[in-house]
Amino acid sequence: MSRRGTALKVVLAVALAVVAGADWPQFRGPGLTGIAPDGGLPEQWGPAENIPWKIALPGRGLSSPVVVGGHVYVTACSGLNQTRLHVIAVDARFGIKLWERQFWATGPTNCHPKTCVAAPTPTAAGNRIFALFATGDLVCLDAAGEVCWLRTLQIDHPAMNNLVGRSASPILYHDVLIVPLENQGESWLLGIDAATGRTRWKVERPVENNYSSPLLVKHDGQTDLVIQTAGGLTAYDPADGAKRWEFADEGVSAICSPIVVDGLLLGTGRDMVALRPNAYGPPEVVWRSARLSTMTVTPLAAGDRVYAVKDSGVLTCGDLRTGKELATLRLRGSYSGSPVLAANKLYLTNEDGNIAVVDVEGDPKLIATNRLSDPMLSTPAIARDCLFLRSDKWLYCIGRPAAAK
Amino acid sequence: MRWCTAALLLVFHVRHCATAADIPDLVKQIKSADADTAQAWQELSRLPATEIPRLLAAIDDASPAAANWLRSAVDAIAERDRAALPAAALASFLQDKRHAGRGRRLAYELLCIADPTTPARLLPTMLDDPSAELRYDAVEAAFAAVKPQPKELTTAKTELRKLLSAARDGQQVDAIARELEQRGEPVDLVAHFGFITRWQIAGPFDNTGGRGYRDVFPPERGVDLAAKYVGKGGAEVIWKPNDAGDNTGSISLNRVFPGPAVGQNGKLSGMKAAVAFAFAEVDAPAERDAVIRLASATAFKVFVNGREVLSRETYHQSFDRDAFSAPVHLVKGRNTILMKVCQNDQTEPWAQNWMFQLRLTDSLGAVLPLVVVTSGTGK
Repeated sequence: MSRRGTALKVVLAVALAVVAGADWPQFRGPGLTGIAPDGGLPEQWGPAENIPWKIALPGRGLSSPVVVGGHVYVTACSGLNQTRLHVIAVDARFGIKLWERQFWATGPTNCHPKTCVAAPTPTAAGNRIFALFATGDLVCLDAAGEVCWLRTLQIDHPAMNNLVGRSASPILYHDVLIVPLENQGESWLLGIDAATGRTRWKVERPVENNYSSPLLVKHDGQTDLVIQTAGGLTAYDPADGAKRWEFADEGVSAICSPIVVDGLLLGTGRDMVALRPNAYGPPEVVWRSARLSTMTVTPLAAGDRVYAVKDSGVLTCGDLRTGKELATLRLRGSYSGSPVLAANKLYLTNEDGNIAVVDVEGDPKLIATNRLSDPMLSTPAIARDCLFLRSDKWLYCIGRPAAAK
Repeated sequence: MRWCTAALLLVFHVRHCATAADIPDLVKQIKSADADTAQAWQELSRLPATEIPRLLAAIDDASPAAANWLRSAVDAIAERDRAALPAAALASFLQDKRHAGRGRRLAYELLCIADPTTPARLLPTMLDDPSAELRYDAVEAAFAAVKPQPKELTTAKTELRKLLSAARDGQQVDAIARELEQRGEPVDLVAHFGFITRWQIAGPFDNTGGRGYRDVFPPERGVDLAAKYVGKGGAEVIWKPNDAGDNTGSISLNRVFPGPAVGQNGKLSGMKAAVAFAFAEVDAPAERDAVIRLASATAFKVFVNGREVLSRETYHQSFDRDAFSAPVHLVKGRNTILMKVCQNDQTEPWAQNWMFQLRLTDSLGAVLPLVVVTSGTGK
């Protein structure tokens, strides 16, 4: 197929994926919100209840599963010094492995022991999955496991250096794959042609490690690609990488990610800062709150509320219009994975593999804690009335018996 | 009409099913990377499992990207044609140590699928395998067999010593050394890894704003151990011997150039915004290729025989043994190593490491028969 034909196929596939709706195609799901469009999830589960299937994984991973077109895709790393990179496709309904492809790491695999090189969450659309590893290896496969293209980004940019471990996830904007590679030595934000794997544009970024994932913010008839790092947020045109605005802020962090709800952009970190983007320049500050601070966990906003989770397990609920703290709830354990929401219930996975279900119809109320006792540092996915969780050893499908169809 | 369609599909199929004869061209397409690589991958991935050894052989001289195209095609073939994996041909490929370690390791894994007795049969013969992964697994299997044996058993200690010599992975070496220590046989890990601990050190020079990393200081133009330099703040700098590597073989520049203690625990800090140089001389019995492996939590440059071989402008990441490596060439006789280690001005307690650790090894990480003869040290 010609490159033009391939590009058309990708655009159509992405469009179809958007129409399909019920998928969870990327880190924090549709629209990068963490919110599932439908509910139907169980509140309680255990070895003999509401776990339709689980499947062994070949190695560690902090990346989230993604679900598109009836396939659950997950990445992992294994082997001596994490040099084996895995992309696995599993049938969402039956939990059967459809295919697995391995790649050798082509960049350094050094990282903090808490993380691993399978930390960035892949993104999938239609017939294609794009998997980025902390080693700078980026692969595009189709739904049948055929390799469409691959890139060795660390080799392309040898001065990049991140011995702590990259974790920022790529996202798709139409047919441009946005790839964050922010490190010491050299930092880049890349816009890669999803059809061919070629770099369409690249932007130099501050030379500091950044673990925060990019965000797409729609406002005033345009879409801004927003990158948060320690010291502020910057917006680019996702089509060509042209810078649109910068907002300096010492309160936001290079670890958790920014979020958006109804055009309100929330910078996150030591402070939460609510910004209203406009078509003319830097956004206006709507409010700022130190009470809604987070460290690793990306907050979630829904309706007129925002939920911030500290690594220590304190869930703070704030008023999205004012930033005023409304309620707090103390959860057990330490948190790295970010919350997800379905049908007014938050699902929060702690590092010990205990999943709290919190009703947020009114003030947050803990209604169940489900113990898988399998350490998890990743963010769950929700699709097809199921919650998909991954640990270093297992991929779980949590759902009622009739779910996952 | 149906017949016509079937005939057309057959023609298409025949045209697009690669045969053994197509492999060289398809591999060439993969390696050239500017042709339609995905199309070549598709055709390779449809080959029968009997052709896997030819694809494994193609990995020998493949670039990292091409090797990944090829290995993932092998994955696809093996997944589809699992029952037809050619055990004898894979075994033969595995035994041929002229092939690249990566391809041989993949052959081993496929052979394990075809013949589950493979690990028990072959791993005991692979303690000195040139593939890092095969050797690792061989040592690991033997180590697992020795560990349950009584602590006082002499044969177990002998076996552990053998495994210590065979191991190349640092964590595996640590684990075997711990087991030996528990059996009353301590291991000198600094000597085992071959860390260089006899240095001449000069500093501090100025690294305000990180400029010192790029600035060329006199030692970078040539080392004269008798020279006197003007250092940071105009202070006189001379070379001073340092044999004080710690029990990990690391040289702490904070100890050489102390600063105020920081943090609640009074963590030792060194001078801030400073550059230090460390110089070592090593005698090699013969000319040879080697690998320089080092750890540094801060920015560094390293020069071997006056040529820069490795550098990183990063500060305060993890300090991991062998985190950085580069191939080097050693001449017969005297070889020089110059480390330039930069510290920035960060004051956080976690940003105080200013140290390095360095060794010269063969390609797999074995210590070389070198003699460290740094002038003015070791007395």
